[in-house]
Formats: sequence, structure tokens, C-alpha cells
Amino acid sequence: MALGYTLVYGILELINFAHGEVFMLGGMISATIVVQVFAQGENPAVGILVAALLVSLVVAMTGCALLNAAIERIAYKPLRSAPRLAPLITAIGVSFILQNVAIIWKGTRPVNLPESEFSAGGGAVIFRIGDVVYTWDRLFVLLITIPVLVGLVWLVQFTRQGKAMRATAQDKDAAAMMGINVDRTVSFTFLVAGALAGAGGVIFAFYATTIGFATGFTLGLFAFTAAVLGGIGNLPGAVLGALLIGLIQNFNEGLSWYAPGSKWTESIVFAILILILVFRPEGLLGERTPEGG
Amino acid sequence: MADPIAPRTSPDVEEAPASALWHRHPVLMRRAVPAVLITALLIALAGAGVLRQSGEVYLIVVVVLLLLLARAAFANFWRGLDRIGVEDAHSRWQAQSPLVQRAVPPVVIAAVVILIAWAAGTRPDLSLLVLLAITYGLYLMPPASRRIALPVTVLLLVVVYPFLIQQTDYQRFLFKLPIFGVFPSMDTMVSILIFAMMAIGLNMVVGYAGLLDLGYVAFYAIGAYTAAWLASPHFAAYGVSMDFGSVAEKGILDVGGIHLSIWLVLLVAGVLTAAVGVIIGLPTLRLRGDYLAIVTLGFGEILPQVSRNGDKDGLGFNLTNGPPGINPVDPPGFGNWLSGNLGLPSSYLREQGVYVNFLSLMFWTALGLLLITVFCSVRLRDSRLGRAWIAIREDETAAAAMGIPLMRTKTWAYASGAFFGGVAGAWFATIKTGVFPDDFFFNISVLILCMVILGGMGNVWGVVAGAAVLEYLNLEGIANFNGWMNDHVLVCDPTKQDPSAVISGGCLNAPLVTFGIYGAIIVLVMLTRPQGLFPEQRRKLEFETGVHDTPIQDVTA
Repeated sequence: MALGYTLVYGILELINFAHGEVFMLGGMISATIVVQVFAQGENPAVGILVAALLVSLVVAMTGCALLNAAIERIAYKPLRSAPRLAPLITAIGVSFILQNVAIIWKGTRPVNLPESEFSAGGGAVIFRIGDVVYTWDRLFVLLITIPVLVGLVWLVQFTRQGKAMRATAQDKDAAAMMGINVDRTVSFTFLVAGALAGAGGVIFAFYATTIGFATGFTLGLFAFTAAVLGGIGNLPGAVLGALLIGLIQNFNEGLSWYAPGSKWTESIVFAILILILVFRPEGLLGERTPEGG
Repeated sequence: MADPIAPRTSPDVEEAPASALWHRHPVLMRRAVPAVLITALLIALAGAGVLRQSGEVYLIVVVVLLLLLARAAFANFWRGLDRIGVEDAHSRWQAQSPLVQRAVPPVVIAAVVILIAWAAGTRPDLSLLVLLAITYGLYLMPPASRRIALPVTVLLLVVVYPFLIQQTDYQRFLFKLPIFGVFPSMDTMVSILIFAMMAIGLNMVVGYAGLLDLGYVAFYAIGAYTAAWLASPHFAAYGVSMDFGSVAEKGILDVGGIHLSIWLVLLVAGVLTAAVGVIIGLPTLRLRGDYLAIVTLGFGEILPQVSRNGDKDGLGFNLTNGPPGINPVDPPGFGNWLSGNLGLPSSYLREQGVYVNFLSLMFWTALGLLLITVFCSVRLRDSRLGRAWIAIREDETAAAAMGIPLMRTKTWAYASGAFFGGVAGAWFATIKTGVFPDDFFFNISVLILCMVILGGMGNVWGVVAGAAVLEYLNLEGIANFNGWMNDHVLVCDPTKQDPSAVISGGCLNAPLVTFGIYGAIIVLVMLTRPQGLFPEQRRKLEFETGVHDTPIQDVTA
């Protein structure tokens, strides 16, 4: 999720507010597939569940990738030469539109998935090391996330298209002069980012078993915080940032001794965001850029 | 504002043949034909039942016709004066000292406003006609007055609005709008005024200085809570008791807590909010535009959460009383002395008249506050500071090179924007006689931003118009439109309707997607008309020609 942000921001220097909503729609797609296509009730069999998961992943990633690219083509591309704030404001507008698309599609109540092996706390134990219990619900998250991360790093670092993306990020005009099709590269970036958001949405839907139209916005901001924390435009940084934010969130909510509790989660995450932006705008792993501060 | 009669009075040399033909007709006919057409249209609409059948509508039509004819006779007010024997009236007016020339129009306008308000109070059914007459009178005046004709008319209409809307049978005097139905209620009108104030405040930050603020609702919340702290029994639990010019009922004063006069509260709320704006601004305004937007968004999320959690459990000190909010907040009023000597209402809550009551007094006061805000905003824009803001918006680097202190100027923009947000918030708390944390969500920030964008960033009047349209849609318009759709277009069965679905049982539930509609408005405006509906001239040029701050070669690298 944070990766998608970093990717788009790094290339385009645009904060895509709509990213969280694309993520949310990805989750909704997977909910639809599980409940309606596979018609699963409570506690479905593992085999069918894996099939449903794979199908959802494919459909949601494709759908979200296309959606994200379409958003870019319709809403952001015409504004690429406008003053900086214009695309940012448009992004907020798009984000609200997508939320309401979800409302039209699913109504205002959250959509529920059946509790399963993959939902939080519901997985069977795979192995134990001392007190640490490893369950299916955690494993499946890792099983999807790690290949996606590896694939992404490979894509950006070792392919022609990835090279074009990095070149566009550094200097759009120079990249265009070197014969890179900037428009296509940007669209491609949005495709990849959309696919990532879709995958994230599927994982979230299976894990949390409930997803509503407003889920995406807050999570989107958390992801943005993660991206900023790790250093924006920096892929390993985004993963590190996401880990840290997750840890902070769990410490805040889970620790029994002095912890402010879940009521304050948002405040704490945003306070971190503000502090990072004010004191170390390049993030933990980022490089200092002239305009960064 | 475009000069409405210039194209018709100034003969254009390179006109198309058709319009040349038209201009060959005598002036009387050229004036009369449109009048007859408009009249025919109105009568047709009335006949079709769109305008509710009422004698007053026809009366209005007749007056419009008469006025058009009168204007045909006196194509120009001053020439008309010449014709009836007053020689050189115009040049004699211009020979007056500048002081007289500047002072007379406001005095005349003020007198007319009072006259109309009085007339509206005694004969509400006639006030619309008087208004029409005044508008027309202003159009007959020399260009300078013609320019103010529209704002003055709108202002007068707003001033007399409570008289028109609060009659028990007001639909005899006001027709029903097609599709949207009845005219907005007093509650809606007060909200519109408050949101217009906030939109102007945000416009100073976004429109003038070009700093995107996505957390404006925080300032609004601070203003509201300040009012709640300084004018309610809230702190009575901590043994604080203080009364300074408050007009609250004796029973409430006896409970304790801080009770300041509301006028003082407004000022304190503004200043406190501006101070918070400075505190937030000082560390964050160094950031570049989009980072700044995110940081303000963060503040806009943190402060409402603080207000939701700021009770004994969350904070250890009951600051905001948590989810139930603080209730009641004291009503505004002028106290017994001013009431006895000047006839001003001593406490708004005690006024129970048909026309003069809590809501209409709130409305007029909010209108006054809005006018002060507009005035300050326009004066600030034209001041040295305002020009510095615009310079920063257009090119930060160039502005800095010209010797504008970036941080100080930006912080001032933040502080002044926050000030008016705070005042609006405080007034909002007084009208709701309470503060409730659910009123301060990120949605509100976007709503205000949407008003600024739709109206045209930087243009005060456009922003007010944007606020009026969007807040009306928000509170009544979309719901009314929805009702009309369900009654006339769709086959709706309310018994089968699911309240959480947009389309169910053949019914549409459009209010659910209100913010989607705003999102669509934002995107459409940014894509097709980024300067807004009523652009500020300078801003328009900026969007059309670009800002040229992206050189082909990056000199900083």
C-alpha cells in the first residue's frame, strides 16, 4: 500500500489521495467474489478459500490497475502542466467520488466476508517457536506480500520499463529527450500502483473480514505516513515505514501498561507524520533533495 | 463585473449584419421587445404551473415592464436629468470633492437598506417590488453605480429575506422553484452565512497565498470550543465562576462557569484561533505546498479527535466533554442598558416575534459579521500584505528575491484565515447553543475547499456565491431534488427503501452521495474551469498562461 504511494509520488511528485480508495475498492471486489461468485458462508473449506483468494487477487489487481490508470488519464493527465496544487485538489475530488462509487455499489454499511482461516486470529496453528505462535492468517499475508515486493523491486531495478520510470522520476524533460514515452511511463506507474493497491485491498478484506466505504481514506493516510516515514520515493523505506507504523499502532492499542489506547491511534500516527515532515522531511532512508524541505 | 448595458449602448463598428439590422430599429422598440418576450415567458411559466399562481407574480411582471419602458425613455439617468431641466447634473456631481463623492453613496445605500427593512417589516409583500425598483434605479445611474447595482440588490434581498420567508403564508408572495421546491429556510440561510465566512477565511490561505489547507475544520472547531469554554456553565465543575456582560438566563448564570459577553467571545475566539494558526504555521509553513497540505490534513484529523476524546477518560481533565459536547452555550444579546436606551434586543433568545426572533436576529448578525469579513478580506488583498501573498502564490522564489519575508507573510496568511474561521466557529456554537464534536469532520474541510474552488479561488464574491450554492445543496437542495425525482421521475416505493442504499425499491437516496457530488464538482471544475465560476482576473491569467516556474533546465541541480 505504502509502496503504491511511494511509486506514484516518486515518479510524479503527486500525492494520490485516491490511492486509499482504490485499495478499498480492491477489498470490495474480493468481498464480492468470495460471497457472490464462490457463494461462501461461514468457515469455508481451505481449498475453496485459496481458489477464491487467487481469483480475487487476479481480478482485484487487474481491476484496480485499470481503474487507477483510467483515473490518471482522465483526472491527472490534463493537469500535468497546471500549477502544483491543481492535481492535488483533483485527487481529493477523485477520492470522494470513489468513496461514493462504493456507497452506490454496496451501500453505507460495511461489507462482510466470512470468518475463515485467513481472518485475524482465526487461523489454525502451523508451528510454534517457544511462545510465538505462527498461524495461517499471518502466513498468507507474508506469502502474498513477499513475492509482490520482490517482483516490484525487480520491475523497478532491473527492467527497461523500470529504468524508464526512474528516469522520468528524476527529470521528466530529460527523460523525454532520451526517447522515453513519458505519458506511457506515467500510465504504467499508475497501473502498477493500482495493482499493488488491489492486492493490498484483497489481503485486508480477507484478514479483517469487513470493509466499508470509509476504510480506504484513513488507511490511505496511514500508508502515506508510512511512505513519508521511510523516505518518499524509496521502496525499502516504504516497507520499513509500514512496519514501524504497524508496530506503533499495535503497541498503542495492545499494551496493557501505559498506552493511550485505540481512541488516539489516528492522532499519534498523524503527529508522527507532522513531526517527520517538519524535522526530517527526507524520511528515515531517503536522500536529502534540494526541494525536500 | 460585466457592464450589463455597455454592449447595447456602444455602437460597435464591426458588428455582424444581423445585429446591425437590429440596431437600426428605434431605441424604444429595442427595449420593448425583450421586455415583452420576458413577460410572455413568465406568464407562460405561470400558466404551466411552474410558478405558483399568485397575483404578486403578475404584479412583478407589470413592474418589470414599466421599468423597462421607463429605461427606454431615459436611456441614461443623467441625460434624463438633463432633459427634465437639471443641467449638467453629471458634471456637477463630478466636480464635488472626492470626500463627498465617496461618502454619499454609502450613506444613501444605508438609508435605503433601513427604508427597505422598515418597509419589509410593515408590508412584506411589497418589499420585492421596492427591491426591483431600486435595482432598476441603479441600472439607470452612471457606470460607477451600475457596477454596484447587483451586489446592492443581492444584499437588500438578503436583508429582507427573513421578512419574506417567515410569513405564515409566504408562498403567496414567493413562488415555488421548479424541481427544488420551497426557498431555503432560515436555518439554512444562517448556515450559508457562517460557511461563507469560513470560505472567505480559507480563501485568504488558499486563494490569496496559494497554501493548500486541508485542515481548516480545525480552526472552526477551535473557535466553537472557545465560545463554549467562555460562555457556558462548562467549567462550573472545576469551581470556576465568572460573569462579564453575559445575557444568559439567571438560572444558567447561577450554575457557575465562565460567562463572557458574546461579542467579546467572538473576538477572543478569533484571536485565539489565529494564535493557534501561528503555532501550527511556524514549524510547518517551511514545507513545500503538497507536504503542507498533508500536514494541515493531519492537524485537521488530530484536533477533532482531541475534541472527541478530550474528556476525563481520555485526557484526565474534562476539556471538551467528549462525544456529548458542551451544551448549552449562552445566547448573544446586547444587555439591558442597550436594550433600554437604543432598543437593541437584550437577549436573542427572548425575542419571540413573527419576524424578529432568535433565528432572524442570528441571521442579521451573521450577515453583519460576513460583511465585516468581506470588507477585511478585500482590504487585506489590496494591502501590502495581500500583494505579498499573491506574489508568493505566483512565484515563491521570485517573491523572496524581491525581498518578501516568506515565513512571516505566510504565517500572516495563516493567522488571518484562522481568525475568521475562529469567529465563524464561535458564531456557529452560539447558534446551535452548543458544541458537538461530530460537526468537525474532514468532510467539512473539503466542503469549504469546494466552495472556494467552485466560486473561483481568490475572488471574494465568487467564494460567497460558491458557499451559498453548496451549503444550500448540502442542507436542502439535494434532499429536495431527491424528493422531486422520487415523486415525478422514478417509481418509488418508500416501504421497500433501504436507508443505507443509494438506489433501492425504485427510490433514489441522493443525500448519501452528497460528498461524491462535491468530489465530482471539484474534479469537473479543476479540469474544465480551474479558475472557478467567477475567476479573479489575475488568477485567470495565471491559469491560462501558466506560472512559468518550471524551467527546462533545472538550475538547482
